Parts: sequence; C-alpha cells; structure tokens
Amino acid sequence: MEILLAVIVGVLYAAGVYMLLRRSIVKFIIGIIFMSNATNLLVFLSAGLVQGSPAFVNDTTVDTAHLADPTPQALVLTAIVIGLGMVVFILALKYKYFEITGTDDLDQLKQTDTHP
Amino acid sequence: MITLILLIFSLAFVLFLLPRKLKGYQAIFISFLLLAVFGWLAGKIKLVSAGSTESEAVDWLPQLGLNIGFLLDGLSLSFALLVSGIGVLVFLYAHSYMKSYEGTTKFFFYLLLFSGSMLGLVLSSNLIQLFVFWEFTTILSFFLISFFHEKEESRKAAFQSLVITFVGGLAMLAGILLLGSQVGSYELNDWIAGAGTIKQSKLYLPGLLLILGGVFTKSAQFPFHFWLPGAMQAPAPVSAYLHSATMVKAGVFLLMRLSPVLGGTPEWTSIVPMIGVLTMLIGSYFAITQTDLKAILAYTTINALGVLVLLLGINTAPSVKAAVLFLFIHAFYKASLFMVAGFIEKKTGTRDLNRLGGLMKSFPITFVITLLALLSMAGLPPMLGFLGKELIYEAKVQSPGFASLIFIFGFISNVFMFAVAMRILFKVFFGKPVNSFSVPINKKFFFVFGPGLLILLSLILGLSPNLLGKEIIEPAATVVFAQKVNVELALWHGFNLVLLLSAITVVVGSVLSYVLIKNRSVEEKWDRLNKRLFPVNLPHVFTRLIESFVTLSKRKTQFLQHGYHRYYILTVVVFTAALLWLQLILTRGWDFTLSLTLQPFYISGLLLVIVIATVYTTITSSRTRAIISMGVVGYGIALLFLYYSAVDLAITQILSETLIVVMFVLILQRLPFFAQLSRKSSKLRDLAIALVFGGAMTVVSLMAINVNFSSPISEFFMANSYKKAFGENVVNVILVDFRALDTMGEVTVLVIAAMGVAALFKSKTLKK
Repeated sequence: MEILLAVIVGVLYAAGVYMLLRRSIVKFIIGIIFMSNATNLLVFLSAGLVQGSPAFVNDTTVDTAHLADPTPQALVLTAIVIGLGMVVFILALKYKYFEITGTDDLDQLKQTDTHP
Repeated sequence: MITLILLIFSLAFVLFLLPRKLKGYQAIFISFLLLAVFGWLAGKIKLVSAGSTESEAVDWLPQLGLNIGFLLDGLSLSFALLVSGIGVLVFLYAHSYMKSYEGTTKFFFYLLLFSGSMLGLVLSSNLIQLFVFWEFTTILSFFLISFFHEKEESRKAAFQSLVITFVGGLAMLAGILLLGSQVGSYELNDWIAGAGTIKQSKLYLPGLLLILGGVFTKSAQFPFHFWLPGAMQAPAPVSAYLHSATMVKAGVFLLMRLSPVLGGTPEWTSIVPMIGVLTMLIGSYFAITQTDLKAILAYTTINALGVLVLLLGINTAPSVKAAVLFLFIHAFYKASLFMVAGFIEKKTGTRDLNRLGGLMKSFPITFVITLLALLSMAGLPPMLGFLGKELIYEAKVQSPGFASLIFIFGFISNVFMFAVAMRILFKVFFGKPVNSFSVPINKKFFFVFGPGLLILLSLILGLSPNLLGKEIIEPAATVVFAQKVNVELALWHGFNLVLLLSAITVVVGSVLSYVLIKNRSVEEKWDRLNKRLFPVNLPHVFTRLIESFVTLSKRKTQFLQHGYHRYYILTVVVFTAALLWLQLILTRGWDFTLSLTLQPFYISGLLLVIVIATVYTTITSSRTRAIISMGVVGYGIALLFLYYSAVDLAITQILSETLIVVMFVLILQRLPFFAQLSRKSSKLRDLAIALVFGGAMTVVSLMAINVNFSSPISEFFMANSYKKAFGENVVNVILVDFRALDTMGEVTVLVIAAMGVAALFKSKTLKK
C-alpha cells in the first residue's frame, strides 16, 4: 500500500505544481492547498504506516514498538493548522485584490500600481 | 609616523569647523602643517643617508597577520619629501587660485586628505595597508577631478579615472594576496627576505601581472594612459599635485618598492620596459599635436611616466639611479608648468595654444619660470633636466637586452619632447599678443611663488647636483636596487657619446619645432593624419564599454526579473525537480522491500477516488466543482489518516478542510468565473513539468519510507507521556505539553492571520 500512497503523493504534487503555474489566482490558491496536502502526506508516509494502533498509552503499556510514531503526526498536525491559516489569509488577500483591480489574471500583477 | 598620518586626517575634518573669518586662510594653515611635516622629514635625511631606517608598527588584525606599519627608508623618504614639499607649494598656489570658486573648504578637505593618504602610501611597510591608502588616493582623485561637477566632461573624466584606477587597484590587491600566500605575510620585510621563494613559485607570473595591472593603471601606462588627459578637467592645483608630481607616481613608487622582490627576472625585464617604451613614445608623440596647454602637459607626463617605468624595467644600477633622479626632475618642472598653465588660463581665460601669444611682456616673471621649466623638460643645461637626460641616455646605452631599440625610441621621444617644449614657449610667450585679459588678478605672489621656488631648486641642483645626489638619490636608489648604488652627479660629463646624442636631439628637435611654429597648417595636417592613423579613440571605447555593460546588466535583469509570477514559479520548480532527480540518480541504491498490493481494497478504492477528484479539480472549468472536488481530496486524506492510526490528524484535517471549503464558497460569489487564460501549448508544458516534479516526489517518498533513523524522541514521548504529563494520547501531549511553546507559536500565527483577514475585510477599499 505504501507504493500506492507514494503515487498519491506524486499525483498531489503534480496537481499542485500544475495549478501553481496557472494564471488564475483562485487556481493558484487551490494549488497551494494541494501542495500542502501532499507535503503532509509525505511526512506522514515517511514514518511508516501502522494500522489500527494509534499512539495511546497508559500506565500499563509496556511495549510501544507496535504503536504509530507520534512525532511525525504532531508535526503534520501543526502543518495542517498553519496551512489553514495561510490559505484563509491568501483568500482574504485575493478577495481584496479582486475588489480593487477587478482581475483574476496573475499576469496583470506585473505592475505594482493599481489599475485605474 | 602614525601620529603624523592621524594628525593630517583629523585636521582635515577640523577644516569644516573653522570660523568664517579664518576660512579664507585655510590653505595657508595647511601649508604650514605640511611645511612642518616637510621639516620633520628633512630632519631625518641625515639619519637615512647614513644607511639606517626607522619603522613603527601597531597591531591591527594580528590574527590575519595584518599590522599597521610604517617604514622610513631612502625610498619612502624621498617620496614623502616630494609629497609634503610640493604639497606646501601647491596649497599656497591654491590659496590664490581657488579664491573665486565656491566650496573651497570641501576642496581643501579632499586635497589635505589626499596628502595624508599619499604620505601613508609611501610610508607603508605592509602591503595591504599600502593598498588601503592606494584606494584612498583613487577615491580622492575622483572627488578632486569632479570638483567642477556641474560640467559633464568633469564628471565623465572623474568616472573614467575612478573606474580604471579602481579596477587596477583590485588587480593589484589580488596580486598582493597571491604572492603574499607564497611567503605567508604581507610585510614588506618578509617579501624582500622571501624574494627567492616568490620568484620561483608558480604564482610569480600571475602575481606580477596583477600587480603590474595596478601599477600601469595608476601611472597611466599604455593602454590605460587615456584617463590622464581626461583628468585635466580638474582645477590646476590638482593637476599640479596629483596628476604630475604625486599620485600618478604611486605606480612608479610601487614598482620601485617591489623591484627588490619581483625585479630582475626575464618576465620583469621584458614586460615592464616594453610597456614603458610604448607609453613614452605615445606620450611624446601625441603631445606634439595637442593645442590645449594642459593636454600637452598631460601627454608629456605620460611620456615621463613611461620613461620612469622603462628605466625601472631595465633594472640596472645606472637605470635605477636615473629613475630616482628623473622622478625629482619631473616633479619639479611639471608641477611648476601646471601651476603656470593654471595661472595663464586664469589670466587670459583660455588654454588654447593658438589663441595665446606674446605674453612675455605682460608676465616677465612667469616667462622666466616657464623658460627654465621648459629647458628642464627639454633636457638642456644648466637645468637638472639636462643631467637627467644624460643619465637616461647612459642607462639606455648600457641596458641589457634589446638596448638598441630602446635607445632609438628614447632618442625619438626626446626629440619630440624638445619640440613640444619649444612649441609651448614660442606659442605662449612670443608672437603677436592676440588676446585681452579677461580676469585681472592683482595678488599674484602665490601664483609665481610655488613654480618659482621649484624652478630655482631645479636650477641650483642642476648646477651643483650633489646636494641632492648623495643625501637623497643614493639612499633611495640603494633601496630600489637592493645593492649599494654610488651616485656621483655632475652637470658636465665631458665630451662623450651621450653629449653628442644630446646635441643631435637639440638640432633635430629645433628643426621640428621650427616647422611646427612657423606653419600652423603642418600641425593641423599632422593632427588629421594622426586621427586617420589611430582611429581608435580610447576614451570613446571606454565609454562604449561601460554603456554596453550597463545595457547588458539591464537586459540580464529584465530577463531574470520579468515580472511574470508563474515563470518565477516555473523556474523554481524546474530547478528543484532537476536537482531532485539528479540527487536521486546519484544516490540510487534504493532497496524496495515493499511489494505492490491492492489490499485492502477499500483503501485502494479511496485512493482511486482521491486521484479522480484531484484530476477533476485541475481540469474543470467550474469554480464550484473545483472546490467541491478539492474538498473530496481533503476528506479522502483525512480518511487515510484515520485508517493509519492518526486519529488527531484525521480530526484536524476534516475541520480545516471544512473551513477552507466554507471560506471558498463564501468568497466565491465575489470572485469571477475561471477564464480560459492559458494556451494549450503552455498547458501541456506545465503538465510535463508537473509530472516530472510529481514523479520525483513519488520516488522521494518511497525512499523516505526506507530511511529509518533511530527514533529516540518518539520513544521518550511514549515512555513519559503518561507518567510525567498524565495524558494517554501521545500526539496531543506532545502538542500541549512537551512542545507547548511551539503550539503557542502556531496559535500566534493563526491569530496574526485572523487579524490580517479581519483587517482586509474591514478596511474600506479606495476605489478609483
């Protein structure tokens, strides 16, 4: 199953890059979301897949080897939240940008001045 | 000596604090300061001529072997005497000359700083320190040439000289570093002691060439000579000081300084004299047809610098002796000629030879001074110049190598110089007076004092040359030649070959100058011929070079900074993908223990859904569908997390995905529909790039699974999660306990993002 998941990571990255290269800003934002999902999955996958054994412990737990590795999970969790914050901010930025310039075309962003 | 340099530098700043009443006399104050320096140095003559030296050193960066060091020996003493002595006269002259201009304080500030830097340069015993002072003089020369900065030519000339000497200076620094690495030190003493090592090392030739780059640019040698005539845009005191007597001699000084270290090799005795001869010829040849008085002087200066370099390149005892003597001769007559030229320009409002004439009656004193200075330049008795010319002829006759060629060229150059001298004399002072005086100047004492004193010295020393010879020339020549050089000077050498040569020079030169003076059309025709013979105008070449460089960098910037967002991203992605693949291919050695399996089938099905949703998002032309299928991808990933024991991730992913979709939908109604912006070809190109990048990431993630570092952190978390933090869910405990500060940072990021969003939505749009 790891191989299939690795393919998924590749597909997500490819879709992300493809969307980043579009001129439409909305597509660009979707590209960012894909990239962030792909990266999360990559980090998660690199820890190895463990089925049905989340890292839950109590005072009777002795053997922890079969449990899922908690460190990558903690990292990915942080990444998801930060990614959310970023996407929301970009969306707000995009909203304002469109309100002022009236365009969705990134090529129009060449100038620093707003269009009259 | 350190205190001396520091004193000069700090007093330069004091100039700005002088009360208004004293401002008019600042040049006089500086002259006294320099006179004191000169006196102090003169007091050391006895000591140095007895063969001892004086040195001072202070630690600067001892870790790098850099010390601030000063050395007073025969060579540095003679240069320092020139710098301070001529400095005194130039400042006195400038006192009168600069009166009518604005911004004199700035001018004297630069000029005084220059004196200090030049003294520092010649007294340095550490080569890095020498370089620092060298660059100081370059920068100050820039400011001084551009003193009349309202004129475009001044700015151009200043820029030109700055760039040329600066590039040369950098080459010199590189050379110093190269050769310094051979002896492990930048101290002059170590270099002289390690001369053998340096000469034998492989880096000798590159090092020598680089240092010569500095020497030749600073001392206006061919093909860099053209900046010097340009620098004539500077006020006359600057020309007299920097561009005749001192700064342009810095290169010559360095040649002399390093002659014991680098000199005497076949490379040295072939490259250095060759450039010297070329420069000498070019200087004298082009001096003849110039009509601007200062330009003539500039070209004759180039000639003199060529002669000096040639003599040092020959590198025999007589040639070194002649070089040191000629250094003084040239400084004396050229500084005074420049001062006279400035005076004449002030008085008549022109420097054009063809508009001048018959000034003898109006300025008898100036006439006498110029006459004697030109005699010295032409190499006629009884001036010191005669002595110099005799010595130079002697050195050339005795030079090893291609002596006969040097000799013939030297003869030609001397004939030209003689003709130039006569031409100036007759054009300016004889003939019918052609102009009315534009600016009456009453106080002219200081205008003639400096040149007068220098010429008087030149005359006295010409008559009894040993006043200079034993005490100053001999110690200096001894330092340069690194062996005892005996200097016995006499005006009269008896009848010999050299005297005969001088006589022939005079005869041929007289004929040439007679033709030129009598018939103005000859001069014009010659000038035209020159322009046809030498069609390359070096200053223009330089300007075009700089312009094309600017255009090139502009184009390069436009190429790299095109302003298209997606091409920036494209560049980044393509390079990242290329590097990733390169590293993957280099590493190889991936051992796949994993087997491809579709079990369990519901996960395979989920993955299929994710892929379909992903692809659909990228190709749909509807915004709503794109966002919904994007949400499907996110939820699918959440399910994956859930299945593979990451409960918290699944929850977070679902929450955040929901929020994103909601946000999108909220904003979507305000956003435009997707427009078909890209052409098919660019879509295909982007697709290819995306697939290459995605492929790389797939392989990377496969390899990442196989990389298993030991996981002590996780073990620690697992072992202590319940015991110390009283939490069963290890992931949660990590976030809120073990790494609570990181979570705090994360929360801060979210708060900032939320504030940003609020600000963006609340602020009123300024619609135009």
